[in-house]
Order: sequence, then structure tokens, then C-alpha cells
Amino acid sequence: MSVVSLKESRQGELWRQLERVNDPELDEPVTEMGFIERAEIGAAGHVEVDFRLPTYWCSPNFAFLMLEDIRKALEALSWRPRFRITLHDHMFADEVNAGIAAGSSFADIFDALSDTCDLEAIRETFRVKAFKRRQEAVILDLKQLGIADGEIVRMSLAAFDTLVGGSDAARRNRARYREALMQRWPGLGPLDAVIVMEDGRRIDVDALGARLADLRSVRINMEFNGALCRGLKDTRYKELSVVDGEPTLVDFIAGRVPPRPEHSPRS
Amino acid sequence: MYITPEGKEIFVIDGHTHFWDGSPENQRNIHGKQFVECFYAYHTNLSPKDQLWEKSKFEKYSADDLYHDLFIDGPDDVAIIQSTYLKDFYRNGFNTIERNAEVAKRYPERFIVNGSFDPRDGEKALEYIHFMKETYDIKGVKMYTAEWNGASKGWKLNDPQAYKCFELCEKLGIKNIHVHKGPTIIPLSKDSFDVHDVDYAATDFQNLNWIIEHCGLPRLDDFCWIAVQETNVYGGLAVALPFIHSRPRYFAEVIAELLFWCGPDKILFGSDYAIWTPRWLVEKFWAFELPEDIKKERGVDLTPDIKEKILGLNAARLYDIDIAAKKKALAGSPFGIAAE
Repeated sequence: MSVVSLKESRQGELWRQLERVNDPELDEPVTEMGFIERAEIGAAGHVEVDFRLPTYWCSPNFAFLMLEDIRKALEALSWRPRFRITLHDHMFADEVNAGIAAGSSFADIFDALSDTCDLEAIRETFRVKAFKRRQEAVILDLKQLGIADGEIVRMSLAAFDTLVGGSDAARRNRARYREALMQRWPGLGPLDAVIVMEDGRRIDVDALGARLADLRSVRINMEFNGALCRGLKDTRYKELSVVDGEPTLVDFIAGRVPPRPEHSPRS
Repeated sequence: MYITPEGKEIFVIDGHTHFWDGSPENQRNIHGKQFVECFYAYHTNLSPKDQLWEKSKFEKYSADDLYHDLFIDGPDDVAIIQSTYLKDFYRNGFNTIERNAEVAKRYPERFIVNGSFDPRDGEKALEYIHFMKETYDIKGVKMYTAEWNGASKGWKLNDPQAYKCFELCEKLGIKNIHVHKGPTIIPLSKDSFDVHDVDYAATDFQNLNWIIEHCGLPRLDDFCWIAVQETNVYGGLAVALPFIHSRPRYFAEVIAELLFWCGPDKILFGSDYAIWTPRWLVEKFWAFELPEDIKKERGVDLTPDIKEKILGLNAARLYDIDIAAKKKALAGSPFGIAAE
């Protein structure tokens, strides 16, 4: 492999790894949210990732969760590079970046900043929310396909896997729900039901309406965050080099600032 | 006054407005800069393009801008002007009661000035509540549970110190407690905008009205659950309402949830001025209709009568505003002429 193609393939691998990191609160990839400002591979193979959230105030616990996942993603790279992750323009950026540089775990940094913290409990809360949001999308798609409620609550994994039809979005919804299902119950078998409560209990056909109302409220909250985060990210200044006295948000809204260079290639 | 396309007069009480100074001269530190920038990002993100302000105006606007945008160009009849101190971020505070009272004095019929206090100040907070009642005769306060105070990065409505303050509010007849429970900012592991403390406080202080600004979004489900059980809990529409422009279907889902759980008597209009101006919000709200499928799903509707309640009648009840008398007073005030 030539030097150029090696670099390209590594960049592809780096981006694919980062695409697997989700914002826990939104259940959307950080790459799609535009939180990865820069992900570059240096000449010696080392990796630098610049990370920025929509606001200075974004909850540090969510920031930590994402940074921890980014670290895991980078540790999984095939060429085992040295790497540096930098959080920019966040109220706790200094603490977090110093913690990373010192090699402390995110949990260590988190504990130092807060007296009560259970990172794993936060993770589980958001896993459940993501599971529910993905489930609502799938149930609504199944209803759209004309599948009866009784059939939906009884649907087995085997039947789910052989479903055809629906839009591209519906297929993507099914794939994402399946991923969440298997993450929750890795041993799920072909005959097991797929539309179940987050604790694995079956849903009674008469309770499907109430279940959907519950799922809707979860989505409404997550969508609120998602819409705000996207919008705020879009209106927040984009260039790392921007300092006081440089272009303001108005300049970006008015399109007076040239677009930033493309990210490293997505493959 | 909002005149509907059918010619009906709708009395508008804007439950959530500000007169702030977020200018660089007033910023104490980077947090002050970032705070008003975050507000500005909300403004630019959710406003129609023709409603965007320059950042310098947004950071610090004049009393004339305020009056014009709310009452001359805008449809507000009365505006509740909230106080938010943020003295750790701003040298003279962000919008203190002094600043608000000053502007209210110029237009006496128009403004209801609400105070604010920080229970973590202990005895001083109690003294300050007395001071605000005696000096400004306040009927309400705005609570900001995520506000920093020295090493503390937030507090809860059911903290013992807070309860002492609410006991005093009750005694002095300061009965409307507006609480900012909105988009997550600042909190560490504990979410200072979590809404569960409302449940305790509303149960323990039945004679106070708890107006939850931003309806606890993004914890709307928790908020609705509490509001349905507590008769003295209300939802303020600030921040939820602007979605009517950028994501109308999403707004429909939110308002349908609120109508279903809280009911039409417990939702209050608020522009959150100067993040948004009331004119376009009220116009769009009046023209808005729930999509049929959402109406059917939730069994609720947003009728003109319900809109009228949300835009003013509900707040009038909380603040003992006699609408007929108020209309007469506004018509007789010299500023009524300026508003024509």
C-alpha cells in the first residue's frame, strides 16, 4: 500500500469509528451533529480530534460520555495510534482537557467536579430513552405498512428480520432498533418478541396505545433537544481560530464568513 | 391588544419578558459573554429571518425598544417583567429589579415587575424579600435554580432554606412563583433544571402558584405528570412557542400534550422578550390549528376560546387583573395614544 492510500484508508477508518459515537441525549451520531470539528491523522500516524458542543453550557456529563466514547473509538483503531482529544469552548474545557492530558479517566475528572455522580446510571437512562425512541419509529412504520396491533406485539425477531417494504428511512429505523435490541439482549433468539418493554416484558395488545403515548413523550423531549442542539450548533461560530473581535454570529447568519474547509473524507 | 382577522379584541398578557443588559461593558467574565451569546443563538435559531436583531442591539436594548416591541408594534396589553440577577456573570446584574422598576415607572399601567431572590443567601434573602415587597409591592418572583452562587452551581425548590423564603412569600402575599425549568445548561451530574422539586414545593405550598417557565422542556413528560396532580402548577410557553415557526408540527405535539395533561386553564403565553418579540408569536399562535391526526390522537383542540385563555385570561386570574378596568385605564393613559 502506498503512503497516500494508507493515509486515506486510515482516515476512512477513523471517520467510521467516530460515526459510531452517539450523543446520548439525542441518540444521533456526533459526526452527524457536527460536533467533531476536526479529525486528523499526523505524519507519524497520531490522531488529533477537536470536539465542540452547541453551547458553552451543554451539560458536562453528556460531554464526558461522548468524550469517553470517542476515546474508546480511538483506542480501537487498527494502527493503535497515540491520540489527543480536545474539547473546545466549553465551561469545563480546561478541567476536562487537563484531565485527558494527565491520563485520568473521565470518571475521575467527573468526580473531581461533582460530588454525586453515577456515570453508568446516566448511560442507562439514555440507553432506555434511545431504545424507546427507536421503538416508536418502528411501531409507527409497522402500522404504516398495515400490520395489525396484535401482530405487532407478537412479532418475533425472525419475522422482523424478514420484513420487506417501507421507505429507506423505515429500513434505517428497523436497523437502528435492532441494534438497540441486541445491545439490550445479546442472546435474543429468532422466536423472541421484538416489540417489548425496556425491561423485556411483553406488551398487551390493548396497552399498545398507551405505550405509544409514552414513547411519544420521550420523543418530544429528545426532539426538543435535537432541534435546539442542531440550531444552536448551526448558529455558533464555526472556526477554531475565531477570537474576540473576529466575526460574530451575525456574520455567520448573514453568510459573511467563508465556509470552513471540508472534514477529512467520509468513506 | 391583539385584533384577530375576524375583528375580535384579545387581551394579551405577556407572562415572560426581560429588560436585560448583557453588553460587554457589563460582562464580568467569560460566562457573562457566553450566557448572552447562548440567548442570542436561541434568538437566531428560532426567529423568522425578518425578525433577527443585530447582536449589539440584542446585548443591550433601550427602554424605548422594549416599550415599542411589546406594546406599539407588539400586541401586549400588560407584560410581566422578570428579574434575573446573575451577579456572578454581570457587574450590575443581568436584569435586576431596580432596572426593571425604573422602566416600569415610566409606563405604570403596562408592567408587572417581579422580583427574584437566592435562598442560598439565608437571612439576607429573607430581608431582601421584605425589601422588594415594601419597595416595589411585588406579586411574584422569578426563580433560577441553576444560578451560580460562589461554589454552588444550583439549588432545589425544596431545599430547607428555600422553604423559609416561600413561607415568607406566602405570608406577604407574593403568590406567583415563576420557575425557570428549561433547556439544560450548566448542571453537572445533578440536573438543576430537573422538575421534580416542583412536585414537593407545590404540594407543600398550596396557596402559591407555581408557573413553570418553558414547561420543563426537555422534561415535558415529567412536568405534565406533576402538573396533572398539582392544581397550583402552571406551564409558561416561552421557548416552546417559537417552534410554531420553524417546526409547527412539533409545536402542535407539545401544545397537545399540555392541553391533554394540564388543560387550557393552566397554560400561559410568554414571549421571553428580547429573545423573541411578541407580535409574530401571537399572530402565528392565533392562526395556528392543530393537525387533525394530533387532535384525534390526544382528543384535544386549540379553539379560539382556548387561545384567548392562554394569551391573557389565565394570567389575569393569577395576577388579579380586572380586564375591563385595565382596558379603561390603558385607554386613558397618555401612552395609549402613543400606541395608536
